[in-house]
Amino acid sequence: MIRFANVFKEYPRTGVALNDVSFSVNKGEFVFLTGPSGAGKSSILKLIYFDELPSRGDVWVSGTRSKGVTRKEISLLRRKLGVVFQDFRLLEDRTVEQNVAFALDVIGTPPEKIHPKVSRLLTQVGLSSKSTNYPRELSGGEQQRVAIARALANDPFVLVADEPTGNLDDRATRGVFQLLRDINAAGTAVVMATHNIDLVKRANLRVLEINRGQVVFDSAEEKRRAPELTP
Amino acid sequence: MRLAVREAMLGFKRAPVLSALSITTIAFSLFAFGLFSLVALNIRNTLRAVESRVEIRAFLAENAEAEAIAAAMGDIGGFKEVARVEYVTPEQALERAKREMGEFKDVFEAGFLPGSLDIRLRDGFRDPTTVKRVADRVRTYAFVDDVRFGEEWVQKLYSIRNIATAAGIILGLAFAAVAIIVIGATIRMAVMARSREISIMRLVGATDGFIQRPFLIEGFVKGVLGGALALGLTWLASSLISRYFIRTEFFDARLAFLGLLGGAVIGVVGSAVSVGRQIRRVL
Repeated sequence: MIRFANVFKEYPRTGVALNDVSFSVNKGEFVFLTGPSGAGKSSILKLIYFDELPSRGDVWVSGTRSKGVTRKEISLLRRKLGVVFQDFRLLEDRTVEQNVAFALDVIGTPPEKIHPKVSRLLTQVGLSSKSTNYPRELSGGEQQRVAIARALANDPFVLVADEPTGNLDDRATRGVFQLLRDINAAGTAVVMATHNIDLVKRANLRVLEINRGQVVFDSAEEKRRAPELTP
Repeated sequence: MRLAVREAMLGFKRAPVLSALSITTIAFSLFAFGLFSLVALNIRNTLRAVESRVEIRAFLAENAEAEAIAAAMGDIGGFKEVARVEYVTPEQALERAKREMGEFKDVFEAGFLPGSLDIRLRDGFRDPTTVKRVADRVRTYAFVDDVRFGEEWVQKLYSIRNIATAAGIILGLAFAAVAIIVIGATIRMAVMARSREISIMRLVGATDGFIQRPFLIEGFVKGVLGGALALGLTWLASSLISRYFIRTEFFDARLAFLGLLGGAVIGVVGSAVSVGRQIRRVL
């Protein structure tokens, strides 16, 4: 579903961000990307939703290959995945409902289908009572829920989350994380970059640790190797 | 399309000051262009009126025979450059001279003036070379004594016309370029004010065409409104000039429509360039 094959990413000013990264994410998996700031987590996420393309190597996401990809193909791919950020990236001059409907509107969803879908999504993220509020009237946790509802609007096969709890207090963090787990339980894969080690430890999910642009630990690999090591 | 129109209208609602600024800028750029065009139009019309008076006069010998004159008129009237040939008898020539030079009336009282063929040329055949060529052909008739066409005057008229045309093209292009640059800049401000929206649209899978559409509609509307405002201002200026200084002619319906169309094209092109540049910054 997502495959990185010997991916290198270099920036003209800051140099190497990713150095020969290879891994795969399967359908319906939940994967944490951990590692210190500047390790390359965000670069990996950007490569998943083709916000950037590799300098060398190949990225495959749901059958779309980074090599030779067109802008049109990128648009179509993004309709199949959802992205959330630490800073929510909501449109401040639109209500909660309008922010979610916007994602459906811009890909040409028929108007009669938009309202019921938005209602369902807002119920799913627990914000049906705040549909007419503006983002500034909501708490950080609530704003992130709106962003998640928007990301889910196109029924994505994967949700890419870049430090989604980075700006939230503990309670809101738990709430947003539980929401992401529920979404994952319903069949959507989640790739989440985080600094929150406690969250990672408690969850017992696959962890990819990134350091200096390389995958230094993959819990899935460890698990595969573990039986071989037992006498 | 429905969403594109709605988004375009929302663009006006969300940034009324910036929208008003764009429309005013378009209007004043086109107003400057319009004023200049008006001057050019009036100079052209004046020159055309003067130019239409370019005529070749072939003075006939005293003994010219009526049949020969009639045959020559048929010949000359068939030249592709010639609009009309008129025979002026010696009596008519005298009358005309008395009428045109009233103070010398006495001089003509018992005088004699030769008859002539007055030849008017068609539009587009009044340049010095063509006038001279026709004059030379007319001169070949045996009963034609002399041919006059104010050679120097035609030359001068043509150089004035050429200078006016060249100045018109250069200044017109300069004004149009300034209008496009200024409009592009104001629309770019509007696009940049909505860069967050554009990046979110890209993120949720909107195509480039879809993202551009509302901006193009907005540019079109701004262009048409700016064009209409410019047309109104130019009309006002033209009326004031006509009332207090010199009678001027305003654009006809076709030119006025071209002005609006020009505004619309500038608005759409300015938007397309600005939004295209903004979109291509991100994948």
